[in-house]
Amino acid sequence: MKRYLLPLLVFVLLAGFLAIGLKRDPREVPSPLINKPAPAFSLPQLDAPDQQVAAKDLLGQVWLLNVWASWCVACRQEHPLLVDLSRTGQVKLYGLNYKDKPDDALGWLQKFGNPYLKSMSDTEGLVGIDYGVYGVPETFVIDKQGVIRYKQIGPVTPEAIRDTLLPLVAQLEKS
Amino acid sequence: MTRSWLIALLLASAAWGVSAASAPHEATTSAADPVLEARVMKVAEELRCLVCQNETIAASHADLAVDLRKQIRTKLREGQSERQILDFMVERYGDFVLYRPALKATTVLLWVGPFALLIVAGFALMRAIRGRQRQASAPLSPTDAARARQLLDETPSGS
Repeated sequence: MKRYLLPLLVFVLLAGFLAIGLKRDPREVPSPLINKPAPAFSLPQLDAPDQQVAAKDLLGQVWLLNVWASWCVACRQEHPLLVDLSRTGQVKLYGLNYKDKPDDALGWLQKFGNPYLKSMSDTEGLVGIDYGVYGVPETFVIDKQGVIRYKQIGPVTPEAIRDTLLPLVAQLEKS
Repeated sequence: MTRSWLIALLLASAAWGVSAASAPHEATTSAADPVLEARVMKVAEELRCLVCQNETIAASHADLAVDLRKQIRTKLREGQSERQILDFMVERYGDFVLYRPALKATTVLLWVGPFALLIVAGFALMRAIRGRQRQASAPLSPTDAARARQLLDETPSGS
């Protein structure tokens, strides 16, 4: 009986590791920017290109930065959720319009609704690189001191909003 | 018959169209400065494309890989070292972006793990072989010997 104990132990251990591995999404690469200051940027506002929006203008409030594009299929999937979320007034949502043509982007917002307080045009995708964006859509939660607290990779889901984003925003608002 | 010819013709023209479309683009990037381009590719080969994950930024055709190669090119032109550029990428995308991650607390298991596993497996194998040898060389007890004889004697009459 005892001689089977060790192989069994090894098997259970290995199966445990593999089970955890199966549940993890390899596309979700943890961002090294969590708990680091949000990279500075100064970009033209999507609907008013002669005005610049800078990261430091947004200090002093908890805000969400949603990276989106009109060419992005998954963005269309999360968009109604963001529109609903913005209507509740619980979060300050800003958009980073990533590697898009402003005309396409504005048309897209007109068609599907605009949940953003402001959207910034990152036509070259350089600010996207600074934020380590690799799969649009992505959503960052940034606190009052301008520190990135959370990054959602891929479209937000009702569960992610309810269980992660809203509680985190509420907690950061208090501090 | 005519149909398969038609398909072949279509494929051939499509392939020609693709190569014709991509050729000028490649020519402009590599002909501009071959030395710089070689350095860009050398850095790009150290970096993983996060969109396709198992390709280097040098090999990938993903939009992000093209942008990152552009970034590498700009930074090399500005006189930054390869080390500085790799650090720039790690700051944004994490250690995962490096094909040869630096040896540090969080990556030590990655580097040492396989060797540790090899040593453990070698040790287990040695023990198993030793145990088997000891078992084979152990003398049979009188009762076991008697039982073996009995079994051996039994066989011919049994069948």
